[in-house]
Amino acid sequence: MSPVFGKLTWAAIPVHEPIALATSVVVILAIAGMGIWITANKWWPYLWHEYITSCDHKRIGIMYIVLGLVMFVRGFADAIMMRAHQYLAVGEGPGYLAPEHYNQIFSAHGTIMIFFVAMPLVIGFMNFVVPLQLGVRDVAFPTLNNVSFWLNASGALLVNVSLFVGEFARTGWLAFPPLSEKMFSPGVGVDYYLVALQISGVGTVLTGVNFVTTILKIRAPGMSYFRMPVFCWTSLASNLLIIAAFPVLTVTLALLMLDRYLGFHFFTNDGGGNSMLYMNLIWVWGHPEVYILVLPAFGIYSEVAATFSGKPLFGYRSMVFATMVICIVSFTVWLHHFFTMGAGADVNAVFGIASMIIGVPTGVKIYNWLFTMYGGRVRFNVPVYYLLGFMLLFVGGGLTGVLLAIPPVDFVVHNSLFLVAHFHHVIIPGVVFAIFAGYHYWFPKAFGFTLDERLGKAGFWCWFVGFNLAFMPSYLLGFWGGTRRMQHISDPSWKPWLAVELVGAFFIAAALAITVWQLLYSIRTREQRRDLTGDPWDGRTLEWLTLSPPPHYNFAVLPDVHGEEAYWHRKQLAIEREELIPEPNYQPIEMPVNTPTGVIVAFFSSLCGFAIIWYIWWLAILGVVGAFAVFVWYAWRDEHEHIIPIEEVIANARERRRIRMDALHTVSQST
Amino acid sequence: MTTEAATIGMTHSGSEDTGLGHRGPESKSIVVPYGFWLFVLSDIVLFSALFATYASLVHATDYGPTTNQLFSRTTAAWETAALLLSTFVCGLALIAAKRRNMMWTQVWLVATGLFGLIFLIFELREFVEFIESGAGPQRSAFLSSFFTLVGCHGAHVTAGLMWLGTMMAQIWAKGFREHILRRLLCFTIFWHALDIIWVAIFTIVYLIGTLP
Amino acid sequence: MDPVGPVAAAEKQILINSTAIMLAIIIPTMIATVAVAFWFRRGNTKAEYRPDWEYSGAIELVVWAIPILTITLLGGIAWIGSHNLEPSRPLTSPNKPINVQVVSLDWKWLFIYPDQHVATVNQLIVPAGTPINFQLTSATVWNTFFVPQMGSMIYTMPRMTTRLNLQADRQGVFPGRSAHFSGDGFPGMEFNVRAVAPQQFAAWAQSARGAGPVLDGRNYAALAKPSSYVKPMSYSNVAPGLFEAIVAGRAPPTPQLPHNPQAEGPAG
Repeated sequence: MSPVFGKLTWAAIPVHEPIALATSVVVILAIAGMGIWITANKWWPYLWHEYITSCDHKRIGIMYIVLGLVMFVRGFADAIMMRAHQYLAVGEGPGYLAPEHYNQIFSAHGTIMIFFVAMPLVIGFMNFVVPLQLGVRDVAFPTLNNVSFWLNASGALLVNVSLFVGEFARTGWLAFPPLSEKMFSPGVGVDYYLVALQISGVGTVLTGVNFVTTILKIRAPGMSYFRMPVFCWTSLASNLLIIAAFPVLTVTLALLMLDRYLGFHFFTNDGGGNSMLYMNLIWVWGHPEVYILVLPAFGIYSEVAATFSGKPLFGYRSMVFATMVICIVSFTVWLHHFFTMGAGADVNAVFGIASMIIGVPTGVKIYNWLFTMYGGRVRFNVPVYYLLGFMLLFVGGGLTGVLLAIPPVDFVVHNSLFLVAHFHHVIIPGVVFAIFAGYHYWFPKAFGFTLDERLGKAGFWCWFVGFNLAFMPSYLLGFWGGTRRMQHISDPSWKPWLAVELVGAFFIAAALAITVWQLLYSIRTREQRRDLTGDPWDGRTLEWLTLSPPPHYNFAVLPDVHGEEAYWHRKQLAIEREELIPEPNYQPIEMPVNTPTGVIVAFFSSLCGFAIIWYIWWLAILGVVGAFAVFVWYAWRDEHEHIIPIEEVIANARERRRIRMDALHTVSQST
Repeated sequence: MTTEAATIGMTHSGSEDTGLGHRGPESKSIVVPYGFWLFVLSDIVLFSALFATYASLVHATDYGPTTNQLFSRTTAAWETAALLLSTFVCGLALIAAKRRNMMWTQVWLVATGLFGLIFLIFELREFVEFIESGAGPQRSAFLSSFFTLVGCHGAHVTAGLMWLGTMMAQIWAKGFREHILRRLLCFTIFWHALDIIWVAIFTIVYLIGTLP
Repeated sequence: MDPVGPVAAAEKQILINSTAIMLAIIIPTMIATVAVAFWFRRGNTKAEYRPDWEYSGAIELVVWAIPILTITLLGGIAWIGSHNLEPSRPLTSPNKPINVQVVSLDWKWLFIYPDQHVATVNQLIVPAGTPINFQLTSATVWNTFFVPQMGSMIYTMPRMTTRLNLQADRQGVFPGRSAHFSGDGFPGMEFNVRAVAPQQFAAWAQSARGAGPVLDGRNYAALAKPSSYVKPMSYSNVAPGLFEAIVAGRAPPTPQLPHNPQAEGPAG
């Protein structure tokens, strides 16, 4: 070990592992290629000013979603590699992935999908939509928002660096000790995992603080709690969970780091360490985490159901109540992840029953969405496809979840392929479909044109078929004793089922490919699908009041809110009177300035993180000092805001009013 | 289309205004401390996890030193006094700042820092003493959790002192502007919160740990 | 699933009953979803458009009541089932249980028969129709002892002892494995349970005492070295108190994994 380079040597580069090496080369070339393309087109100044240093919640939301979608490709690549290998390696088959490699792949798959795909995508949607729906200009702490994003990106970067410098953890996505302790995992893999998650975890907690403050303290005039859109309620619940749960993750990972780096004895086999403590702590975070993901997804479904049925959401208060019940109860069920640890019948039963109780408000929501469509005029756009796919499939996932909540059933299916099928069954129809629904729904608001519907529907069907093929057989395999995380399956009679699942994976690959193609095609043909009015779906919430894309400051004057569904009410009034509300009193608008604080802090965090992983102590200290220096430099600035001159505000506002008046005339002429 | 708009104003029967939200977005002087309180709340959750860990592992001494053998109520008493005094003068600093009195603000802030430093010195001495007598954090799970819980609080105090130094320099250089006063308020919230955590540590670790 | 013992059979029954109860709710829901969406599609002029209908107390009552009632029923099943099938609860049987001590190593299973004074690796021979009282631990990292056809699994954890009670009602060979990922050799932790007639079991124990090495400290240390896909073998005698020593951490753990080039650095 050297004082300058720590543990880092040339041996860290995987020259002897062809797959890792090839992937690394491709990724590096792709990144370099992107860099060259951006430079050749002279887009760096634009990207720097409009996105990288932007404190605009809309831009930050888009960056989160881009991060999530890019990492989706990586996470899915891991998945299809696993499925292909399992199929090829059944019985006496050779497979193509050695255990050391396969074990990294499933660990990376889970870690990336939860932390760097689902979280960024959900947070990205909350970022883009919530301030618009609340009728305000931005979140409570816009610069902090920017910092949060870049810290998340820093974590994602470190996970990807592990691909070509060193290795990733081989301990599953939660890195249980004692396997993740130094004694049994002496390499850098677990350290990459821990450091990446700690950095992104800080970013996430700050997001939680930001959004709870925004939703509770920053809303348009007249928007009381029960006039907020349901998506904002679910975002509130999700962010409350973030504040309450993520610090526990921070502690748990820190304790494991102390064990690994300084020889502490929290979870070690000797010295009085207790690995059961890790199980408890990590799942106290882990269970709320899945609700952090699914609650905003439910919010997206509520918005889509109401808008595309042409009716208000059925049972608004009931939905709010159900959301908050889920929020609270999600903290009382964590033990169901380890019924087989032997806590005793009473403890197991209590937690099992608590886990079932969470199914109640979720069931209520399904029925409320059903009755939202009842009596409506359902328009079968792409988001509705995803909504219906969700409603059909998710109840099955919920069923298997309640089964798993019964301890004696869990005793035979814990850690099995049944479990793997269950959580994909709830996450894919639950969270992933919601993301695609939200993506199609809000894309025009962000970019000014809609996505191609035909390709969107094709993508949906590929997802629907692919998901069912890829995961339904796993329920059976789980019943037959199939365990998860198996690099090698010995029973050759399972080969046909694994083949079916591999075909499913190919369908999902097709879905992702179609999504990429749809984006490129939609951009190329965007003039045919321009969103001219800003309200392409006959929306009901305030984001549809603005043009697409909205101006930097969202609203020229914050809208007055007079009831639930603020925008719908206002729109109907305008249609009836055939005129817009009178012009309000315009003022110049103060908006936060851009800042490079976020990206620079993230730079130093990545540096510090990489240094900690490789034991390069001088560089780690430099990273910390650098981050602190940036913080002080940022704190010293005098200019926090810039003013948008009143002429610009008036010009934009009048343009919007003109377009809306035209649309009004068209509406009244068609009836 | 107009038939759909027939019932304007009567559309939503159950939507009486049910509370807050009349005024629109709150001002920064409310929003910033509110957000900071939420952050402090998340920090308290962090400490709860550390307390839970401590409680689980306090008896896992691996035949090594126990709480009764190690802890001294006297040291804890001095530390408590230093921290409480530090918080008290911090409050005085905020009052002076509200009165825009530069000299007294800085004096009380220096005092805050000094008392905080005294606290840290006591704590470090205790740590060093334990380590030198073979009761370091690597000795047992109990000791790991003690050093982490108390050490994490100490690390927060240290970070607070660095923040304090930065604040003192800012106030000196820029005066009592709105946003600087807001930051000072946040600092005092942070400092008070650390006090609350310390009271819990004092009770759970030192008092209960030295019961016969 | 093809249960061979009372535990597995009871668990299968609970699974089937619970699934049936829930399917009775969700299948109509799924049908209703498709039906409602299709009937109320925009193009269907026969469907009544009720743009202001957004609440109904009666529906709310039903919609909350159905899941609550279902969960109450299933909760009862969970409570009773958790108590009846608690792993540490001895099975009721006219026959006296045999004791087996289980140790999960990297990456194989050691079964110690304290009363018969023999031990086996990756092979568990038991008398059919007799309850087996397991005490389990791990020498290294967490694993799960799992024989799907016999029922419940339980974690094996170092420095701790878990308890499990299972029984094979009929003779046969039933596969078992670890169901908690434990490292690179994890897939090789498969073993077979052979349930034989009680006399055959006694005969086997007798013959095992006569052949094979002794499981003393030195042989245990050799066994504990990392290896996977280990062929079944047996030991003719077992050092007394070996299981207790493993639980107390007095037996060698030997965590020496194959050399990892990135493993330089201060020893933990």
